[in-house]
Amino acid sequence: MDFRIPLGDWAEAVVSFLLTHGQGVFDAIDTVVGALADGVQTMLSSMPGLALAGLIVFIGFWRLGWRFALFAAASLLLVAGLGLWKQTVDTLALVLTATGLALAIGLPLGIWAARSDRVETAVRPILDLMQTMPAFVYLIPAAMFFGLGRVPGTFATIIFAMPPAVRLTSLGIRQVPRELVEAGIAFGCTGRQLLFKVQMPTALPSIMAGVNQTIMLSLSMVVIASMIGAGGLGNEVLRGIQRLDIGLGFESGLAVVILAVLLDRITQSFGTGRVRPSLRERLGLAGRPIPTAVSRPTAGGVTPAR
Amino acid sequence: MAIQIAARGVTKIFGNRPDTALAMLADGLGRDEIFARTGMTVGVHDASFDVEAGEIFVVMGLSGSGKSTLIRLLNRLIDATSGEILIDGRDINRMDRNELIDLRRRRMGMVFQSFALMPHLRVWQNAAFGLDVAGVDARTRRDRAQAALEAVGLGAHAESWPHELSGGMQQRVGLARALANEPAVLLMDEAFSALDPLIRTEMQDELLRLQAERQRTIVFISHDLDEAIRIGDRLAIMEGGRIVQIGRPDEILKNPANDYVRSFFRNIDVTKCLTAGDIARGDQVTLIRHTGEGPRAAVRQLRERDREFGYVRDGKRRFHGVVSVESLLAAIDRGNGGATLDDALLPGVEPLPAAMAMEEVLTRLTAAPYPLPVVDEAGAYVGAISKTAYLETLGRTR
Repeated sequence: MDFRIPLGDWAEAVVSFLLTHGQGVFDAIDTVVGALADGVQTMLSSMPGLALAGLIVFIGFWRLGWRFALFAAASLLLVAGLGLWKQTVDTLALVLTATGLALAIGLPLGIWAARSDRVETAVRPILDLMQTMPAFVYLIPAAMFFGLGRVPGTFATIIFAMPPAVRLTSLGIRQVPRELVEAGIAFGCTGRQLLFKVQMPTALPSIMAGVNQTIMLSLSMVVIASMIGAGGLGNEVLRGIQRLDIGLGFESGLAVVILAVLLDRITQSFGTGRVRPSLRERLGLAGRPIPTAVSRPTAGGVTPAR
Repeated sequence: MAIQIAARGVTKIFGNRPDTALAMLADGLGRDEIFARTGMTVGVHDASFDVEAGEIFVVMGLSGSGKSTLIRLLNRLIDATSGEILIDGRDINRMDRNELIDLRRRRMGMVFQSFALMPHLRVWQNAAFGLDVAGVDARTRRDRAQAALEAVGLGAHAESWPHELSGGMQQRVGLARALANEPAVLLMDEAFSALDPLIRTEMQDELLRLQAERQRTIVFISHDLDEAIRIGDRLAIMEGGRIVQIGRPDEILKNPANDYVRSFFRNIDVTKCLTAGDIARGDQVTLIRHTGEGPRAAVRQLRERDREFGYVRDGKRRFHGVVSVESLLAAIDRGNGGATLDDALLPGVEPLPAAMAMEEVLTRLTAAPYPLPVVDEAGAYVGAISKTAYLETLGRTR
């Protein structure tokens, strides 16, 4: 007995159906994503290398202090010294584009899922599928829909990188303590005020963890997406593999790691932003008043919690 | 006084078919039975009460008695299943969204057990939260938040983050947030329960001080009887979603509606919350001091009632003193038929003011051979406290 479910055939049929009938949609996506990707790419690569590096070092200093700034400067210098600066910038552009689009879709979807159990139930298996499907699998239809180049790479990256943003946004909002939400309502919040003044800010650490994950997944995916011509560091890695060039593989791999570390630390710092000193304080410009040390006589018996 | 909050037969069912549960309630089924049959919970059942303007109304009950649900019905954090809730005479269950939001922004403040401060906002921004969502301009917001923080003694901490403050201080911020928009009604849900006892007492004093400065209508949820008696003008005791008794603390203490209520008061120190007026009994012989009533008639009355002492008052109920059978007989002997009750009054009798605390009564009671007379502010005779009556009162609540 030859028992076989032709699921693969069906998937193929769906893709070819989409190809013949959905070409308009794909063209539209192609145009939009293409324009965006090109825009970011052009912007980053038209900046003088030193200016871009300076910006990254500066953000590192602002968010994390001079130690990290020093590390950023050294590692960027290393990348430039390896002759991989242009490829690194290309990859950064791809990551930023894909992350931006993934968040533009993922955050609202996460908010929606947080507010509706039905949406959450519907979205969850789709997210599971998107996340667990081997990343290479996205490349085939992406290439068929959009041809080769930056757009299918970005598209596949968005699909692969979006789930954590949705999940952690939904989770973060759902985990906002009940009494905080009640306080919001009790003091007269509208639905929108409740979302933006109570739920989102309170869920921010979780949401930023999602953003961070999305960026990291984007980075890992754009390397893979170089197989369909996305360009950037992935190309170098791929060339290293094809030629069994250990040196090239190691160098370009190291550049990916450096980019990953920089992006990771910087985005994480935004998740816990409020306890960190502001830039003015970082630069020693603000004479910071420390009112917590003062204790009124009425609160004389009170011991500060920390 | 004006009634600010009125609840009329308010019921809340948690579950997907509240009508079914309502019908079952109407058929006289109990809360447990409804839960067993339908899985629906009766949060509050047929609650009716009035809260007067400027009064502190404490709702007491064990956890699960529905008190937290009840307070949330008052600003519609939870929608009532049936019944009316009138704030300033308007039924909030009939308000549309905008009216309701307006009511919450202008008329009501709320304080939460877990403080519920926004972790991403500084202390003054938390205090200004209600003003912020109401669209008050930034300058006014800052000023009024600062004023509210000053009022609770946290003026110097405006720039701190909530997590930098102790629990007591955080709840002061919670209080400032609720006071910042000058609400007529303050809802306090176990507001001080999460604080340790010393701080809790301090916060209760703070609340009473604020209340003395400007009277607000306060509905206060508590499971702590000492707290309830300390701050409450009136109490409502809840059991299993129902209000079983409403009254002034001493009224409830004297006449608990059932064993549940009595059990609340079991460990309370009655000598601290009952007064002489509360425990005075009117079963002593009172003698009216007028021309016709002589010592002989008095002796006869006392003997008939088998009493040793008589309490003399005039036609206007004013208290005059205490006589004994012995002193009356002595007066008759001395007076040769012309004696009056005044001649027989025992020396050194000092009536107790009705407001005197029971614990103070004790020392006087042990020294006196007769039941101590109690008078009100106008000097009118209220009753007398015997040693037996005193001990019985102690025994009743143990």
